[in-house]
Amino acid sequence: MSPTPRPSASSVDALEIDTAVVEELLCGFIHDEVHKVGFDSVVVGASGGVDSSLVVALACRALGAEHVYPVTMPYSTSSVQSEEDARAVCAQYGIEPEVENITDQIDAYFTRHPDAGLTRRGNKMARERMTILYDRSMAHGSLVLGTSNKTELLLGYGTLFGDMASALNPIGDLYKTQVYAMGGALGLPVRVLTKAPTADLWTGQSDEEELGLRYAIVDVVLFRLIDERRSRAEVVAMGFEAALVDDVMRRVRASQYKRRPPVIAKVSARTIDRDFRYPRDWGR
Amino acid sequence: MIVQQRETVAAPDVADVAAEADAFVAALAQVAPRLGDVAANLERHLEIIAQAAGAGANIVVFPELSLTGYFLKDLVPDVALRIDSDEISRLAEACRDIDAVIGCVLETDDTRFHNASVYLSGGRVARVHAKVYLPTYGIFDEQRYLAAGDRFRAFDLTTPGANSRWRAGMLVCEDMWHPSAVSLLARQGVDVFLVPSASPGRGVLRGAALGTAHSYDAMTRTYAQLFTAYVVYCNRVGYEDGIAFWGGSRVVGPDGATVIEPAGADETIVYQRLEKTALRRARIAYPLLRDERHDVTDAETERILRRRTRD
Repeated sequence: MSPTPRPSASSVDALEIDTAVVEELLCGFIHDEVHKVGFDSVVVGASGGVDSSLVVALACRALGAEHVYPVTMPYSTSSVQSEEDARAVCAQYGIEPEVENITDQIDAYFTRHPDAGLTRRGNKMARERMTILYDRSMAHGSLVLGTSNKTELLLGYGTLFGDMASALNPIGDLYKTQVYAMGGALGLPVRVLTKAPTADLWTGQSDEEELGLRYAIVDVVLFRLIDERRSRAEVVAMGFEAALVDDVMRRVRASQYKRRPPVIAKVSARTIDRDFRYPRDWGR
Repeated sequence: MIVQQRETVAAPDVADVAAEADAFVAALAQVAPRLGDVAANLERHLEIIAQAAGAGANIVVFPELSLTGYFLKDLVPDVALRIDSDEISRLAEACRDIDAVIGCVLETDDTRFHNASVYLSGGRVARVHAKVYLPTYGIFDEQRYLAAGDRFRAFDLTTPGANSRWRAGMLVCEDMWHPSAVSLLARQGVDVFLVPSASPGRGVLRGAALGTAHSYDAMTRTYAQLFTAYVVYCNRVGYEDGIAFWGGSRVVGPDGATVIEPAGADETIVYQRLEKTALRRARIAYPLLRDERHDVTDAETERILRRRTRD
């Protein structure tokens, strides 16, 4: 049996995007969808990572930095560098993030549930941050922008009603490697573009270690399967390990519920989202 | 939003056009309709019709479903208009000194809903084209909500400024993705294809710009050249539920060259003069219409039909 060839470097080229076109598209999206529902500003959770940094940059370009409210929400174990990186991104646009430390409320809760593991704690933190963002959005009269990328959304690597919650998500159709490309094109700080991706839910957490996947490869597998609708056999024939392809497909299937609204038991003639179908931008 | 006239394209001089019996001026109203708000869109139409008429245009072409917006879903019955509705009558009434092509959902007597383009001229409805090809794949869901048209008919433009006979054919967006539709119209003699569109931008891989924009660029140029006719392509702009419409409205001349650079992705009105002399030059250089073998097409079609009957 011949050894499985590694994906060639050129396979990543499949994900190459025209960053100028995407910037125009996403800034237009933010401006249009925010303004037509009667708002003019947004709240963004700014973690110092590449996803939220890109969203902050896009929002500043789309709406003007004075209409962007970044919020940094560290926990006691969060890396100090993360907050500094978030500040650096905001500083590029002449703004400062609000800082809301979540340690007190998270610790108060888990004092009563000391047995909770890292995932429960991480999910609780993500949902705590969500409630803060929605509260800040009410205070500022703003909409919450989402920061989940397409890779996370497809793999289910996010907390339902936590970091996955938002009013508008400008980067949900960009794979992680495309987020980096956009971040580079928009001139995000080098540190933000070069540090290891992390949800920063506990010290030393690494996305790629936790997932057991490398973004540079998993993004291409997802692109072949999802965007190009290639079969498993085709993707394997392109040089990707069968076990990896199977793992990716399994994760996408297993997390489908996270990408859908809650299931409603059908009783009436017209059930929301089944046979009551209206555009979200109804009348806008 | 305010419609701005493109700086690079001066509004035409009315006197110039009148002096040229074989020319008329088309205005392309690249707008962003409000989704499901017919009343607001109607007012915008009336403003733009007046503006285009004031600028000396003879016909103003609006995008597909310009009165309603595109991703209507269950709103279709709510925004549908009958051809004798007050809304259509008001628009027709505004079209005495200028013609217009507007897009709407038309409801028939037997409660079918068409994605229609309506040609208004001389204060009345002069022509209706119900979109034949309703895309129902990918992001599109038209056949769930709409009924398909069943004909492609060319007609004479009665544009006030066009003193000579101009033949026109309407194709709504996806209609143009079917060469048979364009060919059927061309066979009836078409000088100008009027193509209202609501084309969403998708596919942003490098080198392709917006994938769909690239496709429309190829189609409009190819059809214009192969059928030696003008293609007036008016696409909408704006976003609906996160989906961007990419604009790029343009006029392609009968030699396949874009005579007016595609508009960007903002609301704008683009003006372009269409000239019979350009049609003549193109048809002398490429007498493709003269050489078209309709007899071969008919004979082969009959043979295919006979064989199908035998099967």
